[in-house]
Amino acid sequence: MSLLAIQVLNGLQLGLLMFLVAAGLTLVFGVMDFINLAHGVQYMMGAYLAATFIGWTGHFVIGLGMALFGIMLFGLLLERVMFRHLYARSHLDQVLATFGLILFLNQGVKMVWGAAPLSVPVPEWFQGSVLLGDGILYPVYRFVIIGSGLLMALVLWLVVEKTRLGMLVRAGASNATMLSALGVDVRKLFMVIFAFGTMLAGFAGAMAAPILSVEPGMGDQVLILAFVVIVIGGIGSIRGAFAGALLVGLIDTLARSYSVDVMRLFVGPAAARGIANGLSSMFIYLLMALVLFLRPDGLFPARGRT
Amino acid sequence: MKKLVTSTILGTGLLGLSLSAAAAQEPLKIGLVSVLSGPQAALGQQVRDGFQLAIKDLGGKIAGRPVEIVVIDDELKPDVAVGKVRGLLEKDKVDFVVGPVFSNILQAIHKPVTEAGSFLISPNAGTSNFAGKGCHENFFVTSYQNDQPHEVLGKYAQDKGYKRAYLIAPNYQAGKDSLAGFKRHFKGEIVDEVYTPLGTLDYASELAKIASSKPDVLFVFLPGGMGVNFVKQFRQAGLADSLPFLSAFTVDESTLPAQQDAAVGFRSGMSWAPNMDNPQSKAFVKNYEANFNIVPGSYAMQAYDAGLLINSALVATKGKTDDKAAVRAALKKADFASLRGKFKFNTNGYPIQDYYVVKVAKRADGKFQTEIEEKIFTDYGDTYAAECGLK
Repeated sequence: MSLLAIQVLNGLQLGLLMFLVAAGLTLVFGVMDFINLAHGVQYMMGAYLAATFIGWTGHFVIGLGMALFGIMLFGLLLERVMFRHLYARSHLDQVLATFGLILFLNQGVKMVWGAAPLSVPVPEWFQGSVLLGDGILYPVYRFVIIGSGLLMALVLWLVVEKTRLGMLVRAGASNATMLSALGVDVRKLFMVIFAFGTMLAGFAGAMAAPILSVEPGMGDQVLILAFVVIVIGGIGSIRGAFAGALLVGLIDTLARSYSVDVMRLFVGPAAARGIANGLSSMFIYLLMALVLFLRPDGLFPARGRT
Repeated sequence: MKKLVTSTILGTGLLGLSLSAAAAQEPLKIGLVSVLSGPQAALGQQVRDGFQLAIKDLGGKIAGRPVEIVVIDDELKPDVAVGKVRGLLEKDKVDFVVGPVFSNILQAIHKPVTEAGSFLISPNAGTSNFAGKGCHENFFVTSYQNDQPHEVLGKYAQDKGYKRAYLIAPNYQAGKDSLAGFKRHFKGEIVDEVYTPLGTLDYASELAKIASSKPDVLFVFLPGGMGVNFVKQFRQAGLADSLPFLSAFTVDESTLPAQQDAAVGFRSGMSWAPNMDNPQSKAFVKNYEANFNIVPGSYAMQAYDAGLLINSALVATKGKTDDKAAVRAALKKADFASLRGKFKFNTNGYPIQDYYVVKVAKRADGKFQTEIEEKIFTDYGDTYAAECGLK
């Protein structure tokens, strides 16, 4: 298997992880018209809860289940005490309040779990790696991430496209006021969506915990990428989040791995390295700018959204 | 008459006694500047705890004077640090400032502290500019010059006869300095020199490239969470069995609780490790673990030594801080039992000491620590001292 194929696999895996985070964000943003900067810290909470419960039970799947339940309760609690009061407020108020929540929770986890990063072991069945030709080993756990990302995408697609709840979600993304006028309890719908979105972010955090460092502030980086993904994909659209996440994952990975080689065709090796380092971290933002220029609503905008 | 003389002598004697007692009881104020919030707080806490432990072990007193430590959080923001340090100097009137952890904060607070005539003792950051032309007589470093831990690995790779090295560091100034430090003693071929964006989460793309270019040795400088991510992913990719892993600030006691088994056998460079074989270091490690329930890293050790250094100077001046020249001369002697054994100051106030390659090991009690494997440099000073005008 060539290096290119492996890098594509890496890109897919990063993309699917991003999708899990972005799916929840796009639902909350699209349906509720609510800018939730705290989505990244919900991802962080998922990782911390997973680290704690997997540590307690010594079992990955049970710990993961407990963490998911815990993060959902946490989402409901946040909705009740804070977010509910912000739906009617302006975007700026929402940004300020949820930014405050980031600071509060980042400091909070430090007080509860300490500032040093935590560790989550890779579950026993998924340890080890597969040889993919030319001495390159690919960890089994990364296939698990790819698999669970695809599975979650399928479940989301089924729920959103085939169920009554999904229909309400799509309707809410198009026009929430009209939906409310038709007699749907929008508050309850919002609560469900919010809890579900939090759970998705938490799931991403929990799945990433064995390969990443679980530490305060780990969600901040992810949040920015998630916003890039949903802007590229089209706000409120699960399909868009999927396409956007895969694009971002692939472009980021391939740019990091090949930009030096490409630049070497044009300039000397030292200069190529310098330019490529700068360029590779810019690519996804260039992509976002391009998409915004050509299709301001994103690649797959939610239908009927204005 | 005789009685009068006796009582006068007695009186003046008493007066003298009470005067010196008053001087002795006036508290010694020390400002401690460290990063206590944000992702890097784990390092800052070690510095704070290590220094406070030193003062506690001295009975809370230095040369008979009670010690008052004013702890401030620099938030890893130079402007915040400068503001708070000015407060320490003007409001609290501290005689010593101990800190900071990070080099960018050092650049910001060096001038305010030294210009105010206080002593600045860095328990970690040791930039090249203050080691060379910008050196100052009131500035002392109890850690190392920043390049040196990286040089240790370069020398080690050269000594071991590795021919092709692959280097990775974050894309910022310290990353570039790190790789330059490694290359100072390594003369083999550099297969590739990769700078990743700061805060990179997933190194899968870099790991695939490393595996396909098949180097003899890997050198990594990825501090904090980046190192945790990289080390876990490196181990999971199965590279650890075939490729020697050399690093600086990537596997240490602040990251090992998260890296655990994934980091065992990986190497780093430092002037000390928790298994250092001397009585004062053993007592320190035991004491630190009993108090804070984690294995101390070099950050804590260097801060503890900073406490011992201040104590040694004030014991020499009998607790007096008014005569700055006397305090400075006493500090320069470094007359204390350093946890790392041999320790003295160069003309620029930076250490001359031994450096070792250290290796991560799992202890019998299940905790992880670095352990000394091999001495690389003996009585090693930095190269910048020649540019410093101090004697």
